[in-house]
Amino acid sequence: MQSYVGTGDEWTVAGRSFASRLVVGTGKYKDLPTTAAAIEASGAEMVTVAVRRVNLSDRNAPMLQDYVSPQRYTYLPNTAGCFTADEAVRTLRLAREAGGWNLVKLEVLGPPPTLYPDMQATFEAAKALIKDGFEVMVYCSDDPIAAKRLEEMGCVAIMPLGAPIGSGLGVQNPLMIQMIIEQAKVPVLVDAGVGTAYDATFAMELGCAAVLVNSAIAMADDPVLMARAMKAGVEAGRLAFRAGRIPRRGFASASSPMTGLIRS
Amino acid sequence: MSVTSEATRITVNGEPLAVAPGMSVAGLIAQLGLDTRKVAVERNLEIVPRSTYADVRLTPGDALEIVHFIGGG
Repeated sequence: MQSYVGTGDEWTVAGRSFASRLVVGTGKYKDLPTTAAAIEASGAEMVTVAVRRVNLSDRNAPMLQDYVSPQRYTYLPNTAGCFTADEAVRTLRLAREAGGWNLVKLEVLGPPPTLYPDMQATFEAAKALIKDGFEVMVYCSDDPIAAKRLEEMGCVAIMPLGAPIGSGLGVQNPLMIQMIIEQAKVPVLVDAGVGTAYDATFAMELGCAAVLVNSAIAMADDPVLMARAMKAGVEAGRLAFRAGRIPRRGFASASSPMTGLIRS
Repeated sequence: MSVTSEATRITVNGEPLAVAPGMSVAGLIAQLGLDTRKVAVERNLEIVPRSTYADVRLTPGDALEIVHFIGGG
């Protein structure tokens, strides 16, 4: 069957092109084999990863890299758990040494229950990381002014939240996401808040370059099936965006011609 | 590796560890049974480039962080 997705419709970030517009997280899975199977089913080419201390008391524990090959997938190391610019820079310098690349996901979060992006700290960390040579994809609030400022600082992708991390509520503020997309010259990704496939479709219909999903796949009853659903959802949304939807109207418009009707 | 009175006392990932005098970062990683291709090392807040593991000698009081990639969102 011919695929209309991915052929000549890649998106590009920091000089790297991707056919898949679904970026997936690798956290919260019950085990590494499920992680690997779900990512395979998602069709994703880019995956987010965290940087943590090696467990010295269990040195034979399986490693993510044994299941999700960094040769096959572009690892996007994150700064989850970092609360200051210094911590973020320190963590990503280690990631760069472990992985050998500069493309990173900056996220500086406030405390639960919101885990909302701490924008003051995010600005400071973005500045420090860009100065240190990193290409920064930045998780941020759905604030068009903040998004523009991050782009002007040199961030290579803007990633506003659709809804709080892990909430599964979908895009809560589509107007602001759309404003951010319309003014941006770098890719905009909805990161966080996707609950099910149509949330991803909706984000793509708004014109996002891609969508980042973790919890909605990892915590589904069947993560592999949900990964496949997300793949289809993202593709549907992208195709619909490209096709151009009909305007919303407050009245009916017959689908069948009103001429040539038989009459008695 | 036996720990002698001349052992070099360091900290690895927050845990105290005694290693043989003059041990290199490469030696430590081998002793810990880790794969150099899958980890990154920070020594006293400075990255240790992988290419220098064999040359960098551990000194008493060194604080090392050895990290790897795990699942994350």
